[in-house]
Amino acid sequence: MLEMAGVGRTFADGTAALTDLDLRVRRGEFVSVVGPSGCGKSTLLRLLSGLDAPTAGAVATAPGRLGYVFQDPTLLPWRTAARNVELVAELEGLPRGERRRRAERALALVGLEGFAHARPAALSGGMRMRVSLARTLVLEPETLLLDEPFGALDELGRERLNGELAELVARGGLTVLFVTHSVAEAVSLSDRVAVMSPRPGRIIGEVDVPLPRPRPPRLRFEPAFGRLAAEVSALLADPARAERESTA
Amino acid sequence: MIRPPGPSAPPAPTGLAVVAARPRRARTGGGALARRVPPLVTLVLFLGLWYLVSEVLLDDDRRFLLPPPHAVVAVAFLDPVNRAPLLRGLALSATVAAAGFAVAAVLGVAVGTAMSQARWVERSLYPYAVLLQCAPTLALVPVVGFWFDFGFTSRVIVTVTVALFPVISATLFGLRSADRGQHDLLTLHGAGRLTRLVKLQFPAAMPALLTGLQVAATLAVVGSVVGDFFFRQGTPGIGVLIDLYRARLQTEQLLGAALLACLLGVVAFSLFGLLIRFVTGSWYGSGDRPR
Repeated sequence: MLEMAGVGRTFADGTAALTDLDLRVRRGEFVSVVGPSGCGKSTLLRLLSGLDAPTAGAVATAPGRLGYVFQDPTLLPWRTAARNVELVAELEGLPRGERRRRAERALALVGLEGFAHARPAALSGGMRMRVSLARTLVLEPETLLLDEPFGALDELGRERLNGELAELVARGGLTVLFVTHSVAEAVSLSDRVAVMSPRPGRIIGEVDVPLPRPRPPRLRFEPAFGRLAAEVSALLADPARAERESTA
Repeated sequence: MIRPPGPSAPPAPTGLAVVAARPRRARTGGGALARRVPPLVTLVLFLGLWYLVSEVLLDDDRRFLLPPPHAVVAVAFLDPVNRAPLLRGLALSATVAAAGFAVAAVLGVAVGTAMSQARWVERSLYPYAVLLQCAPTLALVPVVGFWFDFGFTSRVIVTVTVALFPVISATLFGLRSADRGQHDLLTLHGAGRLTRLVKLQFPAAMPALLTGLQVAATLAVVGSVVGDFFFRQGTPGIGVLIDLYRARLQTEQLLGAALLACLLGVVAFSLFGLLIRFVTGSWYGSGDRPR
């Protein structure tokens, strides 16, 4: 479970990134946060992961393993794919044999069995992101924070990785907070979509997505999907009206 | 290492295919032949110019100003009377350079690492590291000589002062080269300073650090010869010999000594080139190497 209540984050130079932000993610829920670029989406994840502290309000994360997938793969170029995946297990002090075994399994989960000994420079952008995902999975997290993880990929690669992510989540019963600026991506993956205002960011509305799972790619051409996407887009397009409606 | 450009392409026949193919050849640098021919051509031109000046432009009585290459080799390297002191001098200078480089490497990495760990260390030391780098060796040498006598220790100290700064700055720059996301990842998993240095910062620093050490190694050779040149006492290294030959107008020996000093520097440089390839070749800069 993740919870943020009245959270604000103002940086040392006076810029307010977030203000009065409320957000709750229940156990086993998949929630996406969409918002215009620069609205503080990444700051939100940094606060939840403990990399940053709020200047107002309270942030609570349930005890348990937290996985964080950054916007960039952030791989260490001198390590092979397998050794990159092992890195966080090393940092958490797992014994060598256990690390090896887990890294192998995590790479298999993201479909990179044959690339354990490849260095990042030899991998494509999508493959690097898969390694990054495997690195997060190696500690068997209960909660996943994802920061526009596939934003740098082309649409096909992105769709495929999103599908695989949905599968992983469904299998593992993970709690997920997914940050993106793509409405379609948010709707197709989530149980609920939270919409953020431009900076200083706050949650200005939430849209439940009661579509059945598993959700095949063609789902996005169906009317129900379209209506939900339109609802999210409307909130994004007119934050002022969204706020009036939420207070009314 | 900077690779010399390939030989100029033959006059291109017309046609788009040829025009498109040329840049690719330039980028890959061609085969072994294309890599080795240009420096050889330069060498031949250089030797030709040398012979021209020495045999054609200089009169017999002024030929001592620039004796021809074969005379340098014959007098300085083939005559045992000159070869023996030159090789002894080379051995001494090489020892001084190696000792000075080792001290500069250890000290430089230690100081650079300390600076990377705390701003106040950097603020209190960096300006003086720059000052040391800028201090004229000419002025430094006599003072070091007064304090530590004119033996091995002083020569090593002078070498250290010449070679230290590139190591410090390369260490500092290298340790800072890991990006924020990589640091975040380590922070997320509770990595302390030491873990961060060992698992992230030092590996990330390797390309910069090794290049800095490579520069320092060649500077150490220069430092050992220059320091020696000013000391003129104690066992003669290359520098003392150079001064001696200069005073006696023994140009052949003088050029031979200079050549040996150059070779020593080139050997140091090349050894580091190999080390750099061995340590970081598999992951660093592979993006712009042709595959």
